[in-house]
Amino acid sequence: MIEQQAVISGTGISNVGRRLHQDPWSLTADAALAAIADAGLTPEHIDGLATYPGATGSTPGITGAGVEDVRAMLGLKTRWHTGGSELPGQLGSVINAILAVGSGLAEHVLCFRTVWESSAQDQLGGRSATLQSRAAREMNQWYEPYGAGYSTYGALSMQRYMHESGATRAQLGQIAVNARANAALNPLAVYKSPLSIEDYLDSRMISDPLCLYDCDVPVDGSVAFVISRADSKLIDRGRAITFEAIGSAAGLNACAAMMWSRTELKPSDVKLAELYDGFSILAVLWLEALGLVPKNKTGEFLQNGTRISRTGQLPLNTGGGQLSGGRLHGYGQLHQACLQLRGNGDTRQISPRPEVAVVSSGTTNFSSCLLLSRH
Amino acid sequence: MQRPAPPLTPRTESFWRSGEDGTLRIATCQACGWRLHPPRPVCPNCHARDISFEPVSGQGVIHSFTINRYQLSPSMQPPYVLAEVEMIEQKSLILLTNIVNCAVEDVRIGMPVSVTFDHVEDAWIPVFQP
Repeated sequence: MIEQQAVISGTGISNVGRRLHQDPWSLTADAALAAIADAGLTPEHIDGLATYPGATGSTPGITGAGVEDVRAMLGLKTRWHTGGSELPGQLGSVINAILAVGSGLAEHVLCFRTVWESSAQDQLGGRSATLQSRAAREMNQWYEPYGAGYSTYGALSMQRYMHESGATRAQLGQIAVNARANAALNPLAVYKSPLSIEDYLDSRMISDPLCLYDCDVPVDGSVAFVISRADSKLIDRGRAITFEAIGSAAGLNACAAMMWSRTELKPSDVKLAELYDGFSILAVLWLEALGLVPKNKTGEFLQNGTRISRTGQLPLNTGGGQLSGGRLHGYGQLHQACLQLRGNGDTRQISPRPEVAVVSSGTTNFSSCLLLSRH
Repeated sequence: MQRPAPPLTPRTESFWRSGEDGTLRIATCQACGWRLHPPRPVCPNCHARDISFEPVSGQGVIHSFTINRYQLSPSMQPPYVLAEVEMIEQKSLILLTNIVNCAVEDVRIGMPVSVTFDHVEDAWIPVFQP
């Protein structure tokens, strides 16, 4: 498979936080240069760029740097690049890089994702102000007359899931409680104060049954990876992360099925899950789509939170996810997976060090998943 | 509450104006009868190009719902109920809508509802009530 011809050779992350008011290009440079150095490379070696969602066509704060911004800033000479938002999930940009490396268009692709939503909202006067500058789109007419927003979709999914499965808020709330417990050990996470299931159950409703702690948090920050040819002589193969399989099909179930069809590995081989949690229900739907939990059984699986804790059978979102770590849009999940597979998880390192991890990004038909190993 | 009116475009105007006579019409494939929403110029089922708007009963069942408590729209005061209503004519024919004329805490999945319209500017916006 083409993905096995590419590896993650380097990872980098900038400072992450609320209202940093730091130039998003500067954040991007911090992450990019760290990733390149981590790969044992210099900017002269980078011959490809891939990002989500690119410099254009998005709301303030959602995109902090585009392809040309980074090429000019780092003085790169690229043979291939891509930046856009109509991808299979935010990590579709990493899949693009894998394809470029696997097909021989590039040797070392720098992938990056920069957000500065928190500062943008602060400057413009809140989330609604940033959304008002969104270009009118065909799909807007189907929700604006009804007063719907992103939270509506999370809430409708959660309500339907609870109806079909019988899962309770006390069970599903463990996604948020677990994220907070892990964030407490992540120096870059934004919310580290303790969160109990009682706090969760008592919290403010945003859109019943979706409460405040079911929603991820906008932040400023940048994450970067270098995707290199697996046979490159320039990288340290012992530290590289292998792509066992990728899923890019539209829809969570199709995406996961595609990924499993491309590998001999099975869901039971996965010892770490870093799953997209823009709303906590999305992590639930990914757990089931990926076959890590049987359909409609996640409520029971989450009971007391022990199975998804760092010492449980399937540690989940070990950096705090997007719920407590901050909305780094799938790139944060991939970064945490790399740390854990390499044994660089510091105080939140799970033991034994996992050999296989799964990472997902996105939702509905805008989804991707990656099966990673340290083989 | 004052809803923002949808823009009327050639592709969707017939849907938004349908309620003027009190009838909900859905884009329907003239070759295979498949109802598609939102309206599109090709049937995803049989790929026929002959799509026109046909009346439906206006009866549906609540597939999922939420009580929105957040000020998402400057002109719509929360709380209000958003729901996915599955029309009785066809499984998977689901409209995102509001549930009106019902206390927000009384809404349930599986509840039968029927269409009514909220006239805003040049649009008749389909909403549902028990």
